[in-house]
Amino acid sequence: MTTAPALAAAVGSPRLVFVLQRLGRAVISLAVVLVSVFFMVQFVPGDPVRAALGPTAPLATVNALREQLGVDLPLGTQFSNYLSGLLHGDLGTSVTAQRPVTGMLSERLPTTLTLAVVAFLVAVVGAFPLGVATAVSARSGRHRLLDLGVSGVLGVLVAVPNFLLAVLLIATLSIGLGAFPPAGWGTPSEAVLPVLALAAGPMAYLARIVHVEMLRVLETPYLTTARSKRLPGRLLYLRHALPNIVAAALTAGGVVLVGLVAGTVLVETVFTVPGIGSMIVSSITAKDYPLIQGVVLVYALLVLGANLVIDLALAILDPRSAIAEA
Amino acid sequence: MRRVSPQAVAVVAGLVVVAGAAVLGPTLFGDAAEARDLTNRQAEASAAHPFGTDDLGRDLFARVVVATRLSLLLTLGAVGISVAGGVVLGVTAAVLPRIPRRLLTGLIDILLSFPWLLLALFFSVIWGATSTGAMLAIGFAGIPVFARLIYTLAASVANTDYVRTAGLLGSSPLRTSVRHVLPNIMPPLVVNVAAHASVTLLSFAALSFLGLGVQAPEYDWGRLLNAGAKDIYREPMAAIGPGIAIVLTGVLFSLLGELLSEDRRPVVRAVRETEEPAETDSGEAVVDVQNLRVSFRTDDGSLVERVHGIDLRIAPGEVVGVVGESGSGKSVTAMAIAGLLGPEAQVECRRLAFRGIDLRGRLSAAQRRQLGLEQAMIFQDPLSSLNPALTVGRQLTEVSQVHAGLSRGAALEKAVAALDLVRIPDPARRIRQLPHEFSGGMRQRAMIAMGLMGTPRLLIADEPTTALDVTVQRQVLRALHDARERTGAAILLISHDIALVSGFCDRIVVMRDGVVVEQLAASDLDQAEHPYTRGLIACVPGMNTDRSRPLPVIGVAADEEVPV
Repeated sequence: MTTAPALAAAVGSPRLVFVLQRLGRAVISLAVVLVSVFFMVQFVPGDPVRAALGPTAPLATVNALREQLGVDLPLGTQFSNYLSGLLHGDLGTSVTAQRPVTGMLSERLPTTLTLAVVAFLVAVVGAFPLGVATAVSARSGRHRLLDLGVSGVLGVLVAVPNFLLAVLLIATLSIGLGAFPPAGWGTPSEAVLPVLALAAGPMAYLARIVHVEMLRVLETPYLTTARSKRLPGRLLYLRHALPNIVAAALTAGGVVLVGLVAGTVLVETVFTVPGIGSMIVSSITAKDYPLIQGVVLVYALLVLGANLVIDLALAILDPRSAIAEA
Repeated sequence: MRRVSPQAVAVVAGLVVVAGAAVLGPTLFGDAAEARDLTNRQAEASAAHPFGTDDLGRDLFARVVVATRLSLLLTLGAVGISVAGGVVLGVTAAVLPRIPRRLLTGLIDILLSFPWLLLALFFSVIWGATSTGAMLAIGFAGIPVFARLIYTLAASVANTDYVRTAGLLGSSPLRTSVRHVLPNIMPPLVVNVAAHASVTLLSFAALSFLGLGVQAPEYDWGRLLNAGAKDIYREPMAAIGPGIAIVLTGVLFSLLGELLSEDRRPVVRAVRETEEPAETDSGEAVVDVQNLRVSFRTDDGSLVERVHGIDLRIAPGEVVGVVGESGSGKSVTAMAIAGLLGPEAQVECRRLAFRGIDLRGRLSAAQRRQLGLEQAMIFQDPLSSLNPALTVGRQLTEVSQVHAGLSRGAALEKAVAALDLVRIPDPARRIRQLPHEFSGGMRQRAMIAMGLMGTPRLLIADEPTTALDVTVQRQVLRALHDARERTGAAILLISHDIALVSGFCDRIVVMRDGVVVEQLAASDLDQAEHPYTRGLIACVPGMNTDRSRPLPVIGVAADEEVPV
């Protein structure tokens, strides 16, 4: 990694340096992911093929699978086969389904992406007004009970894990009221509960970050300057305060987005949503290593992608953070 | 002695209950949890079975209580692995030479960018779906968090003077880490361990819920929740019961973390009128303050009065300086006069008016407009008093646009003229820049220009030159002087520097410990009567001060009764 000042001198713009640094980091992360996913199977104690097929499998089947997975080849050959397979979009064949892993993933990936992105949007759209309003109200100290109530509800939403919330939503809204179907995917009404279960916790978390950051900004001297101009509340909060919490909110938003991506594993399992998340658990229990590698790889790439998107958004929306980082 | 909050009592009580269930649960409820009652299978929730029974007729409430021990043990084991691994990695990173250190911290950062669930799933592929496998997986997944924390803490402590001193005195790196670094990173580490225990508990529940953690016949809360969720159509309590246990314990751990890091500030508010009727005046003064008292709420809830009854009148166009040392209440007075004290301050006064506007009550829209146009403030630190996210032009023009109804173009023209008046070169270009592109002195002059955008009758300058070096101070004072010449606005200049104030102001108000000790015309400064004022003057070194002798110190001791 090149040192930041040298890079800054060579490139000129601190914003560009920031973007380049983050791209560089993403590339290194990608390399770490690729190597880890390959070695994940090597680290499995004992014989992965025997583990996958069970102790009673006939020797011929075991040997056939050995042949197919290429586990007897030298490590270097295995790794280069793995990399060249990746380049050609070939992740091997699933042991349980006897189908190419790439095909299985590409069928299911759009579902997972839709679920995560919609939940993220719901979380962000809900979090900002909540966070700003609660911070302004808390600072004035005029609605103590209401503030306490709202922060209590947010605290509970943060504390309840999404799989438990999913179960609770099924128990109340689906079985209790019959309002939404308890499982499935495809129609908007089937999407309501999964999105709600996935978005509620992150929304509450993000609202708290916005709340805390807002409180910090409301105490800054430049907000006092703005108050001394006797600006109306709308300008005070939207124009003067909000832009100054964007960096922190975006960083927290990155954490939320990454968490949402991982959260799809649990939520898809509860609501039997046919995404890649509901596949990972069965593939781990079945020790279907090519499929596990594929799913873990896709999830890792989603996380890296989400981080990169947030970093780029930071560089575009908040040039000062780029300077501070560099 | 700190007061024990009700929250602390609740957390400790909750922890005692959970610990009790973990220690005594299997002994007290073990039999009930294992007793099969096939005639009473899958019973609904009732007084005898608060969470119902499972498909073998075992009481689910008893099973939730018994599961406490395994759930907590696995959580503690995983947290232990995370902390131990984090300490090893973090301390290693802190003591390594530069290049391997950057490689290691880079790797930690990369691992940190992955959510725990993904890391835990990754590791559980290796160790398989068993309870020890899950404990290792979740423990390893938490290592990057603590490695980063400990590295950051250790690096910050390692840069402190006392650690450097210890090194200079010949303490070995290992000895220094154990004797000086570790004790100082313990408090934040403890707080984070408590908070992380909550995350770990939920992670375990999640893995067991997915079927990748504890396997039958063993059971923890996640496993019970998994079984209950399959039965949810019949009896929701079978799932909600273990869910309650998970959430409550998780909340307990995170509250414990918050409690350990507690730093709360109570908020009070309101401007109270004092009982006596105010002396009404003809309304000539720009500022009229009578018997101003300002108190702040302290951490233990009591009120501490910082300004003890101040009277101050400022005539139109008058330049008044308020002098005093730090803590004399001069800035608080200025903020009260501007009506800008935050909700934590309690203001009491007989009268607090700006050009006839009573600042004690709620302001009407017209009054807000008048204040916005006629009153402006300049603060001590120019680096933080301009909004870093908005262009200088935007910050200058908004008063004219919002309060005077100027168009954007006309407001921009006015802003360029104002920047020109305070001698900022190339104002048409500068106006499009963000504050961080301005130097400190230029920002302070931009603040003055901002005050000129309306029709200023009063500029309140609170230590406007303290944060600047001497040559820049002169530019700022000249800008303030020009502003007054141009607009005829009164100025309230707050400073600790009596030499600066006496050269700039018509009248000087000397404050100390929240009271005005003396008021006099700037020209009469040599006739000052109060010993404190004379002390302030004596502290200023002149051209013929004897430099071989120490400068005089103010004679009146801080705790001595001040004659008013």
